[in-house]
Amino acid sequence: MKTTELIVNGERRATDVDPNTPLLWVLRDTFGLTGTKFGCGIAQCGACTVNLEGDAVRSCVTPLSRAAGKRVTTVEGLSKQNTHVVQQAWLAEQVPQCGYCQSGQLMSAAVLLAKIPKPTDADIDDAMSGNICRCGTYHRIRRAIHRAAELATRK
Amino acid sequence: MTRRSRIATATMLVAVPVTCLLVASSLKADSSAGAAEKTSDGNAVGLSAFREVASVLVSPRCLNCHVPGESPLQYDDSRPHTMSVKRGADGNGTPAMRCTNCHQSTNTEFAHAPPGVSGWRMPRAKTPLAWQGLSTGELCRSLKDPSKNGGMSLSALVEHVTSDKLVNWGWNPGTGRTTPPLPHQQFVDKFRQWVDRGAPCEQ
Repeated sequence: MKTTELIVNGERRATDVDPNTPLLWVLRDTFGLTGTKFGCGIAQCGACTVNLEGDAVRSCVTPLSRAAGKRVTTVEGLSKQNTHVVQQAWLAEQVPQCGYCQSGQLMSAAVLLAKIPKPTDADIDDAMSGNICRCGTYHRIRRAIHRAAELATRK
Repeated sequence: MTRRSRIATATMLVAVPVTCLLVASSLKADSSAGAAEKTSDGNAVGLSAFREVASVLVSPRCLNCHVPGESPLQYDDSRPHTMSVKRGADGNGTPAMRCTNCHQSTNTEFAHAPPGVSGWRMPRAKTPLAWQGLSTGELCRSLKDPSKNGGMSLSALVEHVTSDKLVNWGWNPGTGRTTPPLPHQQFVDKFRQWVDRGAPCEQ
């Protein structure tokens, strides 16, 4: 069986699952990283978003082979003590309601801030419109991203 | 020589050269008409070829990303793309929402899942090659204008429609999507025929 190596949350990992397996299931079932959620399974909701080499990819449709030799960050890898600026801002703004979509929201927000440190409302809308929240926490998400941007400038 | 015969001779002397001139002129006119007809035929073949090319270009597999404005379309009814995705300056999406966040290097074979091929993108914002709403003539002129087509020559356009992976994807679009009205090879043949005939455009 072909072995695929990748770097997950800074650690080198290897697996012999089929390279066509969606990255989501490798993260959850093989590596036990269940923070990344299964939502729709067809890249329509954003719940499964992870950071692959700096981009907010939908892991439910991303084959493991695409991540071979690459760096993957999941919500567990944002920080060791929940101190990433988006995590702090999410807590401060009390963003989550049911919480199911929030790991995907956090990962998209983190990618946005890495690329645009001081995003406008329009930048936020452009970056976050692929992450659906059935509880409708969008206004709090936007506030939290602005707050996270502020927190990052203080660091 | 009688008066009548002098008039007849004079008439012959004038009439013969005039007749010769008329015949010569007529031959020249026939020759020009033949050339014009030939050019017209060549033009007609080129125009006809482009009409078939255009039928592919305006099919959803091509048109959905060759649109004015910022947002692509999707499905066979060319509805706005979900999630308000935008082309971005480089055609690969906005900084934090790239096309390839969802579109992989192959089709995802589930209903409503994103199709994919290596290099999934829209045309760049500066040269959007927007075909939506254009007449066949306008589409033709837009397509071959290097200031609008990303600087491509006619031969580069032939290469593009022949080999580009994203163009070829149109004939392998995955579940639930129709293919363009011509087979790919026929499309390429018609495109080449249009170019070989001087790439004429309708007014």
